[in-house]
Amino acid sequence: MNNQISLTVNGIQHTLEPVAGETLSTLLRQRLRLTGTKIGCDEAECGACTVLVDGEPIMSCVYPAERADGKTIVTIEGLAQRVHEEMKLHPLQEAFVEHGAVQCGFCIPGQIMTAYALLKRNPNPDSADIRFALKDTLCRCAGYPTIENAILAAAYSLRTGDPIPPPNVPDSIHTHNTVGRTHTRPDGIEKVTGDAIYTDDLVFDGMLYAKARRAMVPHAILKKLDISKAKALPGVVAVLTAEDIPGEHNHGLVIYDWPTIVGIGERVRYVGDAIAIVAAESQQIAEQASALIEAEFDLQPVITNPVQAREEGQPQLHPNGNLLKHIKVRKGDMDAGFAEADVIIEHTFHTPITDHAFMEPECSIAVPKPDGRMEIYVGSQIPYQDRTQVARVMGWDESRVRIVGQLMGGGFGGKEDVMGQIHSAMLANVTQRPVKLLFDRHESLLVHPKRHATQIRVKMGAKKDGRLVVVDTELYGDTGAYASLGEKVMTRATTHAAGPYDVPNVRADCYAMYTNNPPAGAFRGFGVTQSAFAVESMMDMLAEKLNIEPVELRRMNALHVGSITNTGQELKESVGLTECINKVDAEMRKYNPHPFTPIVDPAQPNLIRAWGFASAYKNTGLGGGAPDKSGADVELYEDGTFQVRSSAAELGQGLVTVMRLTVAEEMAVAPEQVRVLVMDTDLTPNGGPTTASRQTYVTGNASRYAARTLRDEITASMAEKYDVRPEQIHFKDGIVHVNGTSLTYAEIYKEMKASGKQPLVCYEYEAPKTQPLGTGGDMHFAFSFGVQAAEVEVNTLTGEVRVLKVIAANDVGMAVNPLGLQGQVEGGVMMGLGNCLTEEFIMDNGNVVTDHLARYRVPGIMLTPEIIAIIVEHPTAEGPYGAKGVGEICSIPTTPAITNAIYNAVGVRVDKTPVDQELIARELWERESRK
Amino acid sequence: MNLWQEYKRPASVTEAIQALTTAPGTVMPIAGGTDLLLDLKQGRHAPIHTLIDLTFVPEMTVLESRGDELYIGAAVPVNRVALDPLTGHHAQALVEACNLIAGPQVRNTATLGGNVAHALPAADGTIALTALEAQAEIASPTGMRRMPFTSLFLGPGKSAINKSTEIIVGFYLPLTRHQQASCFKRIMRPQGVALPILNCAVWLERDGDIVKDIRIAVGPGSSIPFRATEAESALRGQSINEKNFASALEVLLGQAKFRTSARRASADYRKHIVGGLFKDVLDTAWTRTA
Repeated sequence: MNNQISLTVNGIQHTLEPVAGETLSTLLRQRLRLTGTKIGCDEAECGACTVLVDGEPIMSCVYPAERADGKTIVTIEGLAQRVHEEMKLHPLQEAFVEHGAVQCGFCIPGQIMTAYALLKRNPNPDSADIRFALKDTLCRCAGYPTIENAILAAAYSLRTGDPIPPPNVPDSIHTHNTVGRTHTRPDGIEKVTGDAIYTDDLVFDGMLYAKARRAMVPHAILKKLDISKAKALPGVVAVLTAEDIPGEHNHGLVIYDWPTIVGIGERVRYVGDAIAIVAAESQQIAEQASALIEAEFDLQPVITNPVQAREEGQPQLHPNGNLLKHIKVRKGDMDAGFAEADVIIEHTFHTPITDHAFMEPECSIAVPKPDGRMEIYVGSQIPYQDRTQVARVMGWDESRVRIVGQLMGGGFGGKEDVMGQIHSAMLANVTQRPVKLLFDRHESLLVHPKRHATQIRVKMGAKKDGRLVVVDTELYGDTGAYASLGEKVMTRATTHAAGPYDVPNVRADCYAMYTNNPPAGAFRGFGVTQSAFAVESMMDMLAEKLNIEPVELRRMNALHVGSITNTGQELKESVGLTECINKVDAEMRKYNPHPFTPIVDPAQPNLIRAWGFASAYKNTGLGGGAPDKSGADVELYEDGTFQVRSSAAELGQGLVTVMRLTVAEEMAVAPEQVRVLVMDTDLTPNGGPTTASRQTYVTGNASRYAARTLRDEITASMAEKYDVRPEQIHFKDGIVHVNGTSLTYAEIYKEMKASGKQPLVCYEYEAPKTQPLGTGGDMHFAFSFGVQAAEVEVNTLTGEVRVLKVIAANDVGMAVNPLGLQGQVEGGVMMGLGNCLTEEFIMDNGNVVTDHLARYRVPGIMLTPEIIAIIVEHPTAEGPYGAKGVGEICSIPTTPAITNAIYNAVGVRVDKTPVDQELIARELWERESRK
Repeated sequence: MNLWQEYKRPASVTEAIQALTTAPGTVMPIAGGTDLLLDLKQGRHAPIHTLIDLTFVPEMTVLESRGDELYIGAAVPVNRVALDPLTGHHAQALVEACNLIAGPQVRNTATLGGNVAHALPAADGTIALTALEAQAEIASPTGMRRMPFTSLFLGPGKSAINKSTEIIVGFYLPLTRHQQASCFKRIMRPQGVALPILNCAVWLERDGDIVKDIRIAVGPGSSIPFRATEAESALRGQSINEKNFASALEVLLGQAKFRTSARRASADYRKHIVGGLFKDVLDTAWTRTA
């Protein structure tokens, strides 16, 4: 009936032999090398693989290739038009870049193709049309409002022929020439055309495909392992076990407790532990071989939660037991505090494991080089740490490993630990061929570290007038099978447990416990997400008890300049909390002067609305005494352009824009004259981990000081050559003015070279010193503050909750990159909303129930409320132009703002996330029946 | 192992049946394939030797009125069902259900035939077709036959169709006449698995202030698509007021077998919220007849 597939792709006719079992996405990506079409889940959930078939958008990951016979396909690569040798972007592509709708970029081809199909059918869509069309096209950076605005702008331009209307993003109040103003991303255009290359888009000659065999039992001793059948399978090139590990067996970020491969007689601690790894000629053969590996386990009792882990008589998972760390915060005198309190309230809260669900699953490719070195292509949040960990396990000197960082389709803390990097390096070393190790979504969910599940009990005492006098907290954190960053994360949860308030007496005890769940590590918010939910719920409970308005209660206790934090740090500057509270309060009251009083919808009396309020703070930088450094190079090139380089990670958050704007500012050139290179351990200096909202601060500073030093060197060099005083040399509009002589940077380059000087500066920036927890003094060099108010609508019949509006104010010090900042805030709010309403990584006695994306609900555009972002700028003296971090703070207050709003609407106190609508409904009907 | 070896694209129902019955090894018809391919990829279904793609069969991809019936080919993408003016007029409940199935990209390939062949008793399309009293046309090696819609279902995930010899070709629905209307709505929860907690479709015919005829489907009210026949009887010939609604709901709660689905909804919760959903759907359908 059919033995050829004949299809037109982006106007080009192809006739191909059918391949058994092939989907359209595979045909496009692998056979036609059109890698703009992305695979985020491979299960028709995320929409990244959307292409048009005969004009209609479809998910190409579940579309049999042979069905495309005779059809016309348009992919993201087919939108831009070549006009006289120049690429002219489609208005949608242009609008996505101009409006800042592009962050990590991985979902963008799907967003644009879906929007393109919509505009073909409906040239004048409204917000509802856009939301309906984009319902299942997920964006985890979650710039949904901006995506919507970009589509509206493109539609306008297409209808009228006018240029794309610019976005409405305010500049920083501390504007400079370049920083503090709206500029587009350096990688924006490649991300909207499909040209952007992510790790899985790379192919090397002779490349093999790898697969790790996972234990799939939560707790056991590995008794036997038989790899003979896997080895015998044709096409299998290598099968390695723990015996084949050349160097140290364990890896880890802080503690080396995570076996690279579990060996015979050793302990399996979670379902995702690797017991063997395979390299084969194709992905399919690798998977088949992995399934042929036979393992026998001596099953052990499973520890499912941190409270159980601390009980007597439980199995001990690690040589030092189940306690990773008991973390203590002590301030003041607890007995005196409780004695002084007029009211004392106490409550316990629970939060589940959650997953980052970055759109791009993990992928690494190890490429052995003839000189014995190993190159690893990977999207990693900590390239230099990857290098260390790979080298350790390979038994090599670090210099033998080069991490070549690739564009990353989101990270959010979930790409700090090594995943496949060591496995691919081991296999590439043995086979001396390039090896790609790509996780499918199933493996990604199963294996990588999550957000800690917690149990948090808070006991809080206050005076009648509302002044907090004492907060006592006990936290349990589930750090899962391995430490990852567990200790650090739970330390942050603990130090921030009493909220952003000035409290004289504070005690917090946290037990970070090993269990048989997937490891837990960094995840945007870094523990504060969980403790803020608890303490901000308590603040509203206290407000009710004292009959004080929730906003007023927060205002009177808010940290301010001069306050002492719970860890004994005096805040000397940059505390914009009160301004955030006041601005959100004022904005909220514009919509409703009595925001916390429920309003019944007159047309549908089962719908009740109210607002909720919450505050938070979050450190910028590692803190706790850890040296916090970043290196950056700035180099001037022959053509007068600059390059700024650092091994800090770009995961979509916009660091590359910050680096570019900073150097452009210092060198007084247009941003387009500055190129950015990141994440290559051979070519870029160590920028440290991309975590703790630190990169704008540390790598921003490193870039700034590198550029300043280069400017000083140019000044010195020109002063000498032209025999003028340094003050007579000015840098303006891309030109260096030397007492009447104007020099372009290309000329400067020549002059420098001629005088034997390298126009290159390497600068290592070290942030102000911090002190370890428990020693008093400055535990952190800066804090960001955030306040949010959420308006919700609760359906009293069903318990359903809809978030209508979120007002978010963030004190970021200074808005270096306002367009990127907007994306961070919107995305942060949406991630907070997901954390509150939709997301739960479900476990069943150590087994993962959430083993594909359809079982993990990431909020889509339909759940997106109106988000009103307010930027507050209390500069921090050391930060670049006053800036501090924003990546996390914008996500932290959302959950308690929503749950407080639910309470204000219907009187149900949600103390366990995600919000369970059935529980709300049940509490309401039970209350009704008691009447 | 490839998810499939052979992929056939028959151009007629006869060719499809022939391909199905003569294929070597395991065989399965595929329409949209949005469920089947996931089952194959995720190992819930063993690889299949031959897939028979039905989307190239003209008879299965038309949507048209035939005499006093509306015909919807089983391989028509649900998005076309949702957008076609014919369904908009004659099958409002089905349009509403189709607009809620997955997202737009999936709706451009997913089909009602696939939805029904999967035999989930509470799928949105299934509940709407139940209330609309659809009939299915089935092709087998011995010829074509019509079956009442609900008789296609034997139990959750168990279809009366023999997928290795038979094909659902299409669905016939009675055309909507004056004073008739339908409606479909559902209640979801945003967490956990992507299935509705409860859905409901009502078709009714009005005579002045009286319900002349009515059909009510509620999912998941039973292991096969559930018709609330007792509630239908309670309302037939009655006006819609609070008292009549209350007695209809009471018999509905007696007849339906609501159960607890892990991580989705307890039976209790379903019982508590079904009244509100049922009333909403009933009122909307009633208003539409005016």
